[in-house]
Parts: sequence; structure tokens; C-alpha cells
Amino acid sequence: MNKKFFAIILGCLLIFNLTPIFAGGEKEEVKEEGVTEIVYWQYFYETKKNLMDDLIGEFEAANPTIKVTQQTFPYADYNTKVAASVPSGKGPNVINLYYGWLPKYVTSGYLQPLTGADFTPAKVESEFFPLVKAAKFDGSYYALPTAVRSLALFYNKDLLAEGGYSAPPKTWEEAVEMGKDLAEFDKNGNFLQIGFGVNLDNQFHHVIREVLNRQMGTAPYNEDSTQVLYNNQAGYDAMKFVSDLELVEKTGRQAFMEDDRTAFKAGTCAMFVSGSFALGTLDKVEELNYGTAELPSMDGMQSNFASFWANGITSFTEGKELVASEKFLQFLTSADVMERWLAEIGELPANMELGQAEKIANDPKFGPFIRGLEYAHATVFYDESAQKSAMFDAYNRIVLQGMDVKESVDIAAKEEQAVIDKYFDK
Amino acid sequence: MKNKIKKGTLAREKEKWAYLFISVPVVFYLLVRFLPTFYAFYLSFTDWDIISASANWIGLDNYKRLFTDKIFYITLSNTFYYVLYGLPISILVGFLLAYNIDKVKIGSGLFKTIYFMPYITSMVAVAWVWRWLFQPAPIGIFNNILISMGIPMQEFLNSVEQSKGCILAATIWSGVGFQMIIFMAGLKGISKQYYEAAEIDGASAFNALRYITLPLLRNSFIFLLITGTIRFLRIFTQVVNMTRSSGGGPLNSAKPLVLYIYDTAFRSFDMGYASALTVILFIIILLITLIQMRVTRNER
Amino acid sequence: MKDRTLTNKIRPILLFIFGLLMLFPFVWMLSTSIKQGREVYSLSLWVSNPSLDNYTRLFTNSYFPRWFINSFIAGTIVTCSILFFDSLMGYTFAKHNFRGKKLIFILVLSTMMIPTEMLIIPWYLISSKAGWVDTYWGIVFPGLMTGFGTFLMRQFFDTLPDDLFDAGRIDGMNEFSIWVQIGMPLVKAALSALAIFSFVGNWNAFLWPLIISSATKMYTLPVGLALFNGEFSTEWEMIMTGASVATIPVIIIYIIFQRQIIEGIALTGVKG
Repeated sequence: MNKKFFAIILGCLLIFNLTPIFAGGEKEEVKEEGVTEIVYWQYFYETKKNLMDDLIGEFEAANPTIKVTQQTFPYADYNTKVAASVPSGKGPNVINLYYGWLPKYVTSGYLQPLTGADFTPAKVESEFFPLVKAAKFDGSYYALPTAVRSLALFYNKDLLAEGGYSAPPKTWEEAVEMGKDLAEFDKNGNFLQIGFGVNLDNQFHHVIREVLNRQMGTAPYNEDSTQVLYNNQAGYDAMKFVSDLELVEKTGRQAFMEDDRTAFKAGTCAMFVSGSFALGTLDKVEELNYGTAELPSMDGMQSNFASFWANGITSFTEGKELVASEKFLQFLTSADVMERWLAEIGELPANMELGQAEKIANDPKFGPFIRGLEYAHATVFYDESAQKSAMFDAYNRIVLQGMDVKESVDIAAKEEQAVIDKYFDK
Repeated sequence: MKNKIKKGTLAREKEKWAYLFISVPVVFYLLVRFLPTFYAFYLSFTDWDIISASANWIGLDNYKRLFTDKIFYITLSNTFYYVLYGLPISILVGFLLAYNIDKVKIGSGLFKTIYFMPYITSMVAVAWVWRWLFQPAPIGIFNNILISMGIPMQEFLNSVEQSKGCILAATIWSGVGFQMIIFMAGLKGISKQYYEAAEIDGASAFNALRYITLPLLRNSFIFLLITGTIRFLRIFTQVVNMTRSSGGGPLNSAKPLVLYIYDTAFRSFDMGYASALTVILFIIILLITLIQMRVTRNER
Repeated sequence: MKDRTLTNKIRPILLFIFGLLMLFPFVWMLSTSIKQGREVYSLSLWVSNPSLDNYTRLFTNSYFPRWFINSFIAGTIVTCSILFFDSLMGYTFAKHNFRGKKLIFILVLSTMMIPTEMLIIPWYLISSKAGWVDTYWGIVFPGLMTGFGTFLMRQFFDTLPDDLFDAGRIDGMNEFSIWVQIGMPLVKAALSALAIFSFVGNWNAFLWPLIISSATKMYTLPVGLALFNGEFSTEWEMIMTGASVATIPVIIIYIIFQRQIIEGIALTGVKG
């Protein structure tokens, strides 16, 4: 019995030591002569991956000497995956990155400046929305987006109608009123439905930073983003406004049904703020009858936060691969691809002309996002994770620990300033 | 004269075999564990950010920073909380389960399987279920039960004070099958003769437990104590899954050291500092383990 | 005597009641996997429109079957390797004396003290240079031997009396045979436990398989299921479905091995 046991184990070990051979064989396909192969990385999103597969097919048909392999990764761990691959010096040729990560990736030398004729600053700035400037460093662009996204107010038409509202709020005052009204409680005072969702760990920290701060009268940072500015009265007012939503106005609360986006999907949240990337998912929820509207204004002032994922070329890509990569990049950022992207994925085109075209600007779903782009700001993030935490912690200190708003915001400002300083120290 | 072990040919022969047996594992550990560990130690003296090509030597700067880092102390104390509460409870519950299931005549196999199910279920799924259990009323079942008993609603995961406890509850629940199985394997190694002799002598079940079972489970217990301490000091996945977007509970209240290390390395791209934190954690674990081994050795 | 029968009667009842509580989350997971749409967020165990759509989608629209096989292959390789090497080393620590034993044992234990999160970068550097990216070897190599398993086996070998082994030496067996034929059968329970833990640990491993595999085909199960964590929302019904299916082979492995733990070995005729 024992001999058999060991025979099995040793046998297994032997067999599996051979697996590198037949597992390695997986990768090796016949390398055709004259074909340049490049690899493209993006995070996994079903519609994006599928569209990209189609686009690659078309690109390869038009460029028979180029072969593109797409590899996708779980969204939440995408940055870890990319970072871990960097020290090995190998990886994708064209890579899709969140614009907030660009400062670090560019200064570390991971990406190379885009030097083709299609990528000159003059050309880019004449075609793309101005927020794309966030991808420009030392006079060159290091990545370009196919699509951009901004924030908008999502509202549940049915819930609003039940409450007697036929239209979404236009100002923050209206939003708060409606939010209070539409919030429902059980007999013990617990939320059954929230009127206005505020989840700082999702998108709302952007709302505080770029929307409410400005509407209250302060830019969050100075011109070249080296200095935190929101630790002033306007900034305190902005944070107080938000924390009051939970503490005073009771329009909603943190951690209700996990978060506001889950609650919205489940039909227990009347309004919340999210980005255009939510459209694809929400469309699939059959029972949900929702609409989008521009973010509420305050004293007639509107503001928005825009962001984008952009495609760059890694610095170890050279020679034929570089030429192929540039061609692919140019293809990805062409107006045709952007139109397809909008249609199938629901993300806004980065091309200004396209985005401002009649049919898109007046589209009931996309319109608010496009209009929001016009007055949107893209924060320069040096460490998005830490900066988001700073804001979220400030909110929690106020709501969970009863800290004074000014004190809490001051702490957050100090933390963010430390992040900024650390980046420039290097 | 020093008390040397006299090495006869038999002993020397055995020693040769011993070296042979451990040769492959030792080489393996050197390459796969030690080399990377020295690399991490080296990195703790640099300012490497993973994505840059070069790392600059900065001496003890990371360690200096560590001593004044508030979050380090918070995460360290969180980690100790997990160990000090998690370890005794899991060992106790695991033992109670193993002991009682062992004594059950019918259906012990079924019980074993039932209590083991949480261990083999994906932590992602387990965490999701528990998060919903901890929701505020009227959605969260725990709160509903509390309210029906007249106790005010609790914030649980959204509370600075309670988040750790909630995560620990889910962790212990999902891991108790592990302690149970180890104890069961240990119980099976105790010869029935001992119990038969005890019964003949008229010993009570409690005395049998005290004088036969527990002493003979010593090795299992020591194993669980030492490995359990290490595992709780390294707790990571459970917290990540239970706190998701807040990443460690509100205001870092549930964040263990390893999660802080991970975030520092892969979110803030501060590999140098993360390595310094790792070195400190390693030293802490090593010291505690050595102490535990020393303390549990003495009664031989 | 009376006490004993009362305890014996209550015991299974209590175990059963707590057992139901134990099962509750698992049952919830299953019931979510057959839910659709908004009902996923309704917290009832009862499903109004049960449907296997999620399962269909999982098996046809994703690489799920492949991930399943990958996890299974990786888990089997690692478990076999651990059962061999960890018990060999554990046995050596327990039953052999050699210079440096104490130090080497501490060193082996110390391999458990570094979080693997910090080792993945050196591992990836090694793998990338050696061409192990996107291979099974790449997935398994860090886990082939563990300090944990070595420690476990040492504890269990340690409980065995030395006489047994000396008897083998007197009979002229070589050291390897002594380990295999005398030692191993006596620690079957521990080996079974180790097999279960190694397999389960490997089955649920996420970070390293994520880093080592870039081709979706070579993902293991946890990595593949993570693809359902979208940017905006997570498709929980899909994850619950995947998690439900993922428990099946683990349950089977458990059922196979747990009998060893029930049967155990009766040490008869040995002077204690």
C-alpha cells in the first residue's frame, strides 16, 4: 500500500515536471516571417474586451504585417499587475492606464513620449478635449485616450415620480430637498430607501474636490497642482455641506446596502452621482428606469470632474514593434473608433468635434456627461489612493467621530500636501 | 569535559541520511524564500518605487519614518487585536468541535463536513454574505435580531470600534474547520487503551479529558498555537474581502499591518518603505515564535 | 453514568443546531447563484424565479472550465509535492539528529514569517527570466514546499515512539524505507489533514496566480472570478455561482481524505 502511495506521488511529480514543456508549448505559435507582434493590455470589462477583439481584427486586416494580442486583467488589481511586471523589463507594448497613474509611470520611465506626427501637442490639442492635457509632460504627450468620462447625476425616474417629481434637481438646494423627501424610513428610523447617495469611497470624493469646492469658491489646488488650497473657508463649507447630508438633512448614509451604486441598482436609492462608465451596467438592469442629468449647480455655477483611461507605449518598445505600436495607437484614438466606442460601450469620445456633435450632445443619456465635460477639471493625482483616503478619512472623522469640520479638513489637507511634496522630493 | 554526543558509525550514518533528506527542501527554501527575503531586506534601505529602473540607497530613512508613522502603530495594534482575540477563540472552538464530534456515534462524518464547509468556501463569497449580515437594519439580520431583543442598532463594519470584531467573527467562523481537523487528527492518535484503562479505574469523563486527552494533544496544540499566531499576525485576505472599498475599515480601524504593507507597495508605489515595514513585521513574528517555542519546550 | 447519557443526547442536538448556522452563509451563496436581477440584493433564501442562467453564462461565456482545470492541476501538483517533501523533512526533524538541526528548523519556520505579498516581485523576476510566465510551473513553484507542512508533520512524527523505527534498523532496512514503510502509515491522519489544507490553500490563492499569468487561459479560478469585479459594480450573482461550483472539487478532495482522519490508527501492542 505504501509503495503504491509513493509510486503515485513520485509519478505525479515526474509527470508534472514535464508540464513546463507542454504548458510552454501553449504559447508558441508559428512565427510567420515579417510579422510584427505587439501586446496590448487593458483591464477587463466585457464589452470593452469584445469590442477590442473586433477592432484588433479590423486593424490586422488593414495591416497584415502586424499582429496584436490583447490581454485583460481584473479591474481592482490592474495596477498591481502592471506595477509587478515593470521590474522584469518585459510586458505589453501598448498599455491602457488610468490618467491618475501617469505622473508616476512617466517619471519612472515606464512610458515613452509619443513622437509621431499624429501625436504632436499641436495636433492633439486641436482635436482632443482640453482635459487630455493631463497626459502631457515636459512638452510631450505620453498617452492618449479613446474615451473620456465625466460625472453626472443619476436618478431613478420611478422613485422620483412616486415622490411627485417629474424632473431631476437643477441646483444643490433642490437636490437636498428632494433627497430629504425621497428618503424613506422604517418605524425605527432606519433607512429603507435613500434619497441622495453619498459614497466617498466611490466617486463622491471627486465631487467634493472638483465640484463643491469650486462652487463654494475655492480651487482644490493651485495652478500647477503643487499646493493644496482647500483648507480655507470655502473648503470647510464644501465638506460641511456633504457631511450635513448624512448628519443633518438625512438624505442618505454610508454603507447602506453596501454602497449607493448597489442601492441604485436594487432600486432603493433615488439619486446618486457616478461616471459615464456606469451606463453600460445600469442599462442591463431590466427593472431600472433611470435618467441622467448634469450635476447640480450652486449659485449658478457648475463644475465637474472628468477623467480618462489612456493608451501609452512602453519605453522598452522599439524598432518594428514601436512602429506597429504607434500605428495601433493612432488607430485606437481615431474618430471612427471613438464613435464605435461610444455606441457599444457608452463612453464619451475624447475627440472634441465628435463629442460636441448634435446627436451626442443632445442624447438624453450622454448629453449631461458631454455638457459636463465642458466645465470639467481633471485633478492631477500623485497618489490617487492616498488622496482619496485623505478625503474619505476627513469625512469619517466628522461623521463617525464628531470632529469639527475645519479640524478634519485641515488634517486632510496636510496629508494630501505630504503626498504632493513626497512626489516632488524625488 | 563537555557532554558531547558520541557519534558512533550508526549515528553518523543517520546524520548523513538526514542531510540527504533535507537537501532538496533546503535548496528550495534558499532560492524561493530566503533570496527574495534578503532582497526585501535590501530594498528597505532604498527608496525604490517598483516602476523606476533604479533604487537609491537611503540608509535608515525608512526606519526613521516608521517610528513616527501613526498608521504603522494603528495597524500594528489592529494586528495584535486579531491575534490576541482570534487565536484563543479559534483554538478553543476548534477543540470543542473536534472533541464533541469525536464522541458522537452517529453522523460524525456529516458534522465534520458541515463544520468544514466554511473553510473550503471562497473567502470572497463568505465575506459578501457576512457583509450583508452586518448591514444596518432593516436589511442586516444581526441588527434585526438585536433590535427585536431591545438592543439599539449597531454600526458593525462601519464603526471604528466594532469593525475589527466583525471581521474577526467572520474569520474565526470560516477558519474553525482548520483547528477542528488538526485536533481530530490528534485525537485519533490517542490509543483507546488509555481511555479503557481510565474507565476501568472509574475516572469521570472530565478527568479523562484532563489527564489523558489534553496532555496527549500537546503537539497539536503547540502546532496550532505557533502557526496560528503567525497566520493571525499575517492576516490580510479576510480584511480585504470584508472591507473592500474602504480598504481596512473606517479610519484604518481594521487595517492589519500586512494590508498596510500591500497598499504602501502597490497603491502608493513605495516599495522601500513597504519593505521596511515587512522587516519589522518579520522581526516581531520571529521573536514571538521563538518565545513560544522556548516556553512550550520546557515541560519536556 | 447518568451524566454521560444526558450529555450524549444533547451533544448531537447542539452540534446540529450550530451546524445549521454554519451552513447558512453557504446556502445563501447557493441561493444567490440561482437568482437574477434585483433579487440578488434581496436577502431571502427563497428564490422566486430560480434559473440556471448564471451557470450557463459562467460555463459558456468565460474561460471558467479552463480556470477550473488550471486550479485543479496546480492544486494537485502542489499537494503531491508538499505531501512528499514536507513529510520527509518533518520526519527528519522529528526522528533524526544532526548538527544544526535546531537552527535549520527555525529557518524553515521563518519562511512562514514573510508575507507572500512582498515576495511576488522577486518571484516574478525569476519567472520572467526563466520563461515560466503563463506556465503551470510558474504558478506552482513557490508553493511546492512549506514550512507549515513541515512543522505539522514534525509534530505528528514526534508523537511516534522511537522503538518502532529502531526495529526497522535492526531489520536492516535503509533510512528511506524506514520513513516510507514504518513512519508514513502511522501519520496518515496528519497527511490527510495536510493534503486537504494544501489543496484548499492553493485552490483559493489569488495574488501570485494573478501576477504570473497574463493570458486569460492560464488564470486560476480565483483570478478568473475576479474578472467579474467590474469598474462600476461587481456581478455578485456570477461570483456566487463561480464560488459554488468552485467548492465542489474541494468537497470531493475533502471526502476522499477525511476518512483517513476518521479511521486513524490504533496503536496496539506498543509499550507507551
